[in-house]
Amino acid sequence: MSSVRVLVGTRKGAFVLPSDGKRQQWEVSGPHFAGWEIYHVKGSPADPNRLYASQTSGWFGQIIQRSDDAGKTWHQPGTPPGEPTTTPDGMPKGESNKFVYDTSAETGKPLTTHQFYDGTQHPWEFKRVWHLEPSLEDPDTVYAGVEDAALFRSTDGGRTWQELAGLRGHGTGPRWQPGAGGMCLHTILLDPGNPGRVFVAISAAGAFRSDDAGKTWRPINQGLRSNYIPDPTAEVGHCVHRIAMNKSRPNVLFMQKHWDVMRSDDAGDSWREVSGNLPTDFGFVIDVHAHEPETVFVVPIKSDGEHYPPEGKLRVYRSRTGGNEWEALTKGLPQRDCYVNVLRDAMAVDSLDKCGVYFGTTGGQVYASADAGDSWAPIVRDLPAVLSVEVQTLP
Amino acid sequence: MIRVVLPPHLRALARVDGEVQLDIEGQVTQRSVLDALEARYPMLRGTIRDHVTRQRRPFLRFFACEEDLSHELPDALLPDAVVSGAEPLLIIGAIAGG
Repeated sequence: MSSVRVLVGTRKGAFVLPSDGKRQQWEVSGPHFAGWEIYHVKGSPADPNRLYASQTSGWFGQIIQRSDDAGKTWHQPGTPPGEPTTTPDGMPKGESNKFVYDTSAETGKPLTTHQFYDGTQHPWEFKRVWHLEPSLEDPDTVYAGVEDAALFRSTDGGRTWQELAGLRGHGTGPRWQPGAGGMCLHTILLDPGNPGRVFVAISAAGAFRSDDAGKTWRPINQGLRSNYIPDPTAEVGHCVHRIAMNKSRPNVLFMQKHWDVMRSDDAGDSWREVSGNLPTDFGFVIDVHAHEPETVFVVPIKSDGEHYPPEGKLRVYRSRTGGNEWEALTKGLPQRDCYVNVLRDAMAVDSLDKCGVYFGTTGGQVYASADAGDSWAPIVRDLPAVLSVEVQTLP
Repeated sequence: MIRVVLPPHLRALARVDGEVQLDIEGQVTQRSVLDALEARYPMLRGTIRDHVTRQRRPFLRFFACEEDLSHELPDALLPDAVVSGAEPLLIIGAIAGG
């Protein structure tokens, strides 16, 4: 019988929540890395026992952790416990937490600064890894979206990381600027039908696409309108919060922007708004049903100044028409006095039938629906603030 | 033998309990102690000093013999009591946050 494993990153550690295919009874394992901020945990589609975790701290910086046994044990990939810490010729082994921006002569020159809050140019400074996206085919290949915004890739299981510098270097980098949460690359989508195609999203720069496996990039923000920037339809500068796709139809993308829910039918070449009848089109998460590519989920948040659900009612909104027409899903969710947020990486769907939907809140609840959103129940209620939720569907 | 006390989170990363003891050849300075510490426990690289700049991370402090040595130069000699092993070098996480 199939089963699922929910991977939760929180402000104070990671949690692994397994269940069988009924998704009614759950175990809670954790906290792993207790006391650390875990921005993201994600499993490899090619090897579900291989998990990667971004462990970060204002005191101690960035750590990358890896599990090869589905989260039972973890290690920093460059330094397995019990093994020599240097190579036979005396060189230190890989340093899994070393993210160094590419400043090579070929690409380094335009990569030096980006726009800062005060309008001045500011040097890129590595702060943390927001998102880890394992390759669809190779467990040892994994992408990392980082703050200050850049994309890194490891092809040795997280031991060493190299920047895909063409993203920052394609020309618009000096016009990127931090959003309130920092200047972070938070979304990485790999096209299952086209190994060369990668989508990323950056706050506050926008969405970008590569068609050559990350070597060259271009902005894909045509159709976005952001009234909080001087030119509302600028090529870059948009605060994209999240992009999602259904893997069977990777040319169709859905976006939750700072304000506005958007849709593209041409792999991001153009976007149109599909906010429709949502009570507010501000929010962070967005995801697409695993089997119904026109079924989309969002969690409306009141506004950029009030990061909680409208009217104190926690409602997931579902569209079965690819946007514009939305229905509130409330069964099992608090409908009064609820003032939590749902952060951008904190929603996921499984691929069971019926599709399971999961999201976590800044109040520490992780909610699950085993019926595509019709009804909800908390898996856990009192975790630290949830930063990310992923789910693995296991055979 | 140089004694180093790590904050709990770094002890967990390095998988050690209690103090760390290091043999230092040559002068005993912040730099030589941290170099030896990171050589023994490479998983700590980047957690005390920045990978690139080698600067102390802002929310960490170095204490010994009831003094704050955080702003001493990296190559300044550590106190005799640390060199002799009578006192440990304390690496402290600043009190901040929740």
